[in-house]
Amino acid sequence: MKLTLVTALTGLVVLLVIIELLRRRQLREKYAILWLAVSVLIIPLSLFPRLLDSVAGLLGVASGVSLVLFLGIVFLLLVCVHLSWEVSRLEEETRTIAEELALLRTEMSQTVHDTDIRAGDPT
Amino acid sequence: MTETRQLLIVIPALNEAACIGEVVREVRGELPHADVLVVDDGSTDATGAIAAQAGAIVARLPFNLGVGGAMRLGYRYGRAHGYDVVVQVDADGQHDPRYVPKLLDALDDADIVIGARFAGEGDYRVRGPRRWAMAVLSMVLSWVAGTRLTDTTSGFRAANRRAIELFAEFYPVEYLGDTVETVVTACRRGLRVRQVPVAMRRRLAGTPSHSPLKATIYLGRALTVLVLALLRR
Repeated sequence: MKLTLVTALTGLVVLLVIIELLRRRQLREKYAILWLAVSVLIIPLSLFPRLLDSVAGLLGVASGVSLVLFLGIVFLLLVCVHLSWEVSRLEEETRTIAEELALLRTEMSQTVHDTDIRAGDPT
Repeated sequence: MTETRQLLIVIPALNEAACIGEVVREVRGELPHADVLVVDDGSTDATGAIAAQAGAIVARLPFNLGVGGAMRLGYRYGRAHGYDVVVQVDADGQHDPRYVPKLLDALDDADIVIGARFAGEGDYRVRGPRRWAMAVLSMVLSWVAGTRLTDTTSGFRAANRRAIELFAEFYPVEYLGDTVETVVTACRRGLRVRQVPVAMRRRLAGTPSHSPLKATIYLGRALTVLVLALLRR
């Protein structure tokens, strides 16, 4: 019974943190929806850990709890891969912006230079 | 033959204040008709200011991107200003600008020309894992390019308009990707890659690394980059 309480409370806290982050506009919706769905799935499971036992049996897993653990690890792995992908994309974007910025800065100083020469030229 | 092509020399530089001025002056002395663009890759010293003083156009990146980022910027500049040829030269003075006309001549029947060590001129030597890495790289890339390439990691290159167009869009930032992967991609897109032998000089400043551990890491990274480059579309 104690364990059920601990897991249920954990699920609830996670749910509240996500809602609070969303409320403060600190989390993009695409991620928020994912984590909200996870909490909504996890809370009933923490209250009734035997819920998945029949599904586990179908897959040849001894207990529903092990199945949840397995799925959890797979899920987290996928999330990590996704985040690496996002970071790579962001790095590519900042790289392009940095290059464009340097290019613009060079063009600008050249234009200023040219105008100076023309301004100083009496003809 | 008088040179009618618009020529841009791109020099990527990171904290090269000690020799960038000398390199820029030498390039301008040897190639008076060329424009020199120094890409200051987020240096914390006076590299940019010294290069500008020596008469180069300076493009300063807000933070360090790596040689690939600096080079793509160089090719973008070349494309935007309609240059016919972009030649990349290292900032440490190991590339002799007197070989640039030789590279340009070879562009007549190629899109990319690599100035290669080990190809007969000069006495550049390496040993151990670094040598094996270079041997594997040159074997595989020679096969991909359909021509003999002995020094695929050389940063001394000339590119015509077709290659400028490609490199302005595609130039990996990863270490070694900037040299190895560009060759693979260029060949895949049907560009012709050739090499001409050049002698490299000792660097004006700084020392090349010779530790065996670093050389082994270099081997691993080179092979990874190569395999990935071949797998990529």
